[in-house]
Amino acid sequence: MLNKSNNNAPMTLLQVTNISKKFGDFYANDNLNLSIETGKVHALLGENGAGKSTLVKMMYGALQPTSGSIFWQGQETLIASPAHARELGIGMVFQHFSLFEALTVAENISLALPVQLRQGDLSQRIADLSLDYGLPLNPAALVADLSVGERQRIEIVRCLLQQPKLLIMDEPTAVLTPQEAQALFSTLRRLVEEGCAVLYISHRLEEVKQICHDATILRHGKLVAEVDPKVETAATLAQLMVGSSVHQVSRDANGEIGEVLLSLSHLYQTSSAPFGVDLVDVNLQVKSGEILAIAGVAGNGQGELFSVISGEERNPQQHFISLLGQVSDGLNINQRRLLGAAFVPEERMGHGAVEHLSLTNNILLSRHACNDEGSSLDRGWFGIDRRQLAQLNKAISINYDVRKSREDDVAGSLSGGNLQKFVVGRELNRKPKVLVINQPTWGVDAGAAALIRQAVIDLSRQGSAILIISQDLDEIFELADTIAVISRGQLSPSYAASELSREKIGLMMAGSHEQTAQAFGA
Amino acid sequence: MNKLRKHLELNVQLILEKRPQSSGLMNLFSPLLAIVLTVVVGGLIFAAMGKPPLTALYLYFIDPLTSWWSVEEVLVKAGPLVLIGVGLAVCFKANVWNIGAEGQLTVGALMGAIIPILWGEWQSPLALLAMLCLGALGGALFALIPAWLKTHFGVNEILTSLMLVYIAQLLLDWFVRGPWKDPNGYNFPKSVSFEGWHLLPMWGDGRMHFGLIVSLVAALVLFWIMRHTLKGFEINVVGSAPRAGTFAGFSQTKMVWFCFALSGGLAGLAGLIEVAGPIGQLQPQISPNYGFTAIIVAFLGRLNPLGVIFAGILLAISYIGGEGIQIELGISSKITQMFQGMLLFFILMCDTLILYQLKWISTKPNQPTSGHAS
Repeated sequence: MLNKSNNNAPMTLLQVTNISKKFGDFYANDNLNLSIETGKVHALLGENGAGKSTLVKMMYGALQPTSGSIFWQGQETLIASPAHARELGIGMVFQHFSLFEALTVAENISLALPVQLRQGDLSQRIADLSLDYGLPLNPAALVADLSVGERQRIEIVRCLLQQPKLLIMDEPTAVLTPQEAQALFSTLRRLVEEGCAVLYISHRLEEVKQICHDATILRHGKLVAEVDPKVETAATLAQLMVGSSVHQVSRDANGEIGEVLLSLSHLYQTSSAPFGVDLVDVNLQVKSGEILAIAGVAGNGQGELFSVISGEERNPQQHFISLLGQVSDGLNINQRRLLGAAFVPEERMGHGAVEHLSLTNNILLSRHACNDEGSSLDRGWFGIDRRQLAQLNKAISINYDVRKSREDDVAGSLSGGNLQKFVVGRELNRKPKVLVINQPTWGVDAGAAALIRQAVIDLSRQGSAILIISQDLDEIFELADTIAVISRGQLSPSYAASELSREKIGLMMAGSHEQTAQAFGA
Repeated sequence: MNKLRKHLELNVQLILEKRPQSSGLMNLFSPLLAIVLTVVVGGLIFAAMGKPPLTALYLYFIDPLTSWWSVEEVLVKAGPLVLIGVGLAVCFKANVWNIGAEGQLTVGALMGAIIPILWGEWQSPLALLAMLCLGALGGALFALIPAWLKTHFGVNEILTSLMLVYIAQLLLDWFVRGPWKDPNGYNFPKSVSFEGWHLLPMWGDGRMHFGLIVSLVAALVLFWIMRHTLKGFEINVVGSAPRAGTFAGFSQTKMVWFCFALSGGLAGLAGLIEVAGPIGQLQPQISPNYGFTAIIVAFLGRLNPLGVIFAGILLAISYIGGEGIQIELGISSKITQMFQGMLLFFILMCDTLILYQLKWISTKPNQPTSGHAS
């Protein structure tokens, strides 16, 4: 942004020397060195649990290093707190957002700004800046009603308003469309041209190659390489990250496509939330052996669609939803599970799993009424069948490679990728006839994503109908047999994946299939 | 830049840092710390009042346990506190805030008293059973009013349940001064004395009664439910992660009804046990704020039914001790409410330490930098 230094020659803005962070006996960061220069996008790569977040939290003052030092503009500095970091000119966009759901966009941004920046018409400034950088936001919207993608825009705009010298971004494109991601890249390019430095954390190697000037790769808390991403290939970068070559998802010949197992016909649903999206005349069919993927920009009705199919939100009318040939509008989520359906929501923490509960209790969460093994986990007054739960936990951990420090750890201590493998594995382990997943691999490392996608394909080849809601086009093309696009609560017809190009999907995401054109945000 | 320098020159700083995981140790330790703080501050207050603090504290906390009759009296007071407290513990765990147990207690006592007052001639163990059932039913039905207001109109249950307390108390007052006044009672605002099977079985010096067993059983049953059954799991999940609760198929609305019915029923039962036990008739005052004190009991007991038993005994001591020092030192027994208030205040304060830790941040390695900057 409008950095006062007109010095175009790159200079070292932030340098980390011999920094280590110890949690108990465990080195999350072991003697790392890193230097970030002005006018450059610096990539920080590594699998989940490699120590990227720890390192970044120290730069942002949220954690203090066990040893080593941080130099800011050439001077050794102790970054005491995030507020101090912001004073210095370090802004950060977190992967997990720190927003108050009950407040509006403008209120949330105002809370994090120093007093002098709160003056004047903040809402107008937010609207202008967000539009300017291609991240449109309605300042009056309630955060509770926004999608993950829109919440991320708030965080980005919040940082930009403070005119940072260094912007740290943790997995920023995980929830964006290709067009949105490209818009973000132009934002970032503009920022670095203005003399800002960007530290960019990502799993997406293609985009790292596209926009980053330097790359530091971490594995198990240690620095393994510093490379120029432009000259490396995605495969060599992945190999450095993982330490071995990444498993490629394989889709052998298409399986048998059978009868329709999930269908929605002329579904209308008025959203119960004040800023939610209404679903308008949604029609879809998923057949046995088929994977249907719904693409779309965050906040276009995906959450609403998921909850009406899962039964978390009930549709008052009848004959719109049919599961395995049975009208299901009146059924609650557990009755739908009993029919043979399974659901994986978008937010793994707080929705799909409870942070402070053990893994076995988290299995109980979605499976207490499923009666899968012929015996219920709930034995009434005799209590919960803990033995069966422990067996399920073991089976899920082994089959879906859930890595954890204790057999029955609390969900909150698993890394994002491992928790996602657990949450997906918990449902796949039931061999459901119908599976609905919202954002199957959001914010998950390459290894875990490949495992989850392969498991989903394997399930469909065994004759299950699978509906995937995703914003990740790579993922959609990797998995889907048929693709539909959702935009402002309207779903396009389904097309065979082979008929569609990214450009065409991009146009549909922008609403080319909609029946009535409305101005966005009007 | 000036601001920055000031920041760097601070030598040490005390901050609250969020713990990566909630501390199990502090979860147990926090109530103990709160008790210690209450005792220390209580001693200071006694000293400020010109009373010998150590003697006063001894009389308040220890003396009630030194003779059998006062231990009995402590247990008699702990009974209703535990019975109401376990119900409230379940409520609070589910994030449902029933503050009106005092009113539910009063309505329970009124409902149960229908039998001795209107069918005085029905003498049978069944009559007592019917009284217990009516007591629980009355408390539960009265508690369903705030539940209904919350689920249908979104009215905050804290306000409605609290306000209904005063309605219930005035209702009781009207009954004992009006239609249910004992005709042979010399115009005192009291009902007829309950007799025979309209009183709970008593033993000991004549104060210990059947209600204590009811409290103990209720605590043990709820402990089992919370610890081992799906219902307990549901209460936990709905209270701590409502969206995950929806995903599990647990209904929030039903949970509100369940919690109010349960805690109201137990409070109503406690009210009936008081009038059919130690008091033996209806009168305008039937409870020294058991319904409100039970809120402290629930929190001090970590919202765990077994913990509530101990917390109930401690708070019962505070009642007896308050009466004790009133007699011995001439201090107003209002000191009881002050101690109870301090205790709740300190527990809530210390509970912060379960999720957060106090940390001194020293800016020592920074000294040379600060020299550069200035």
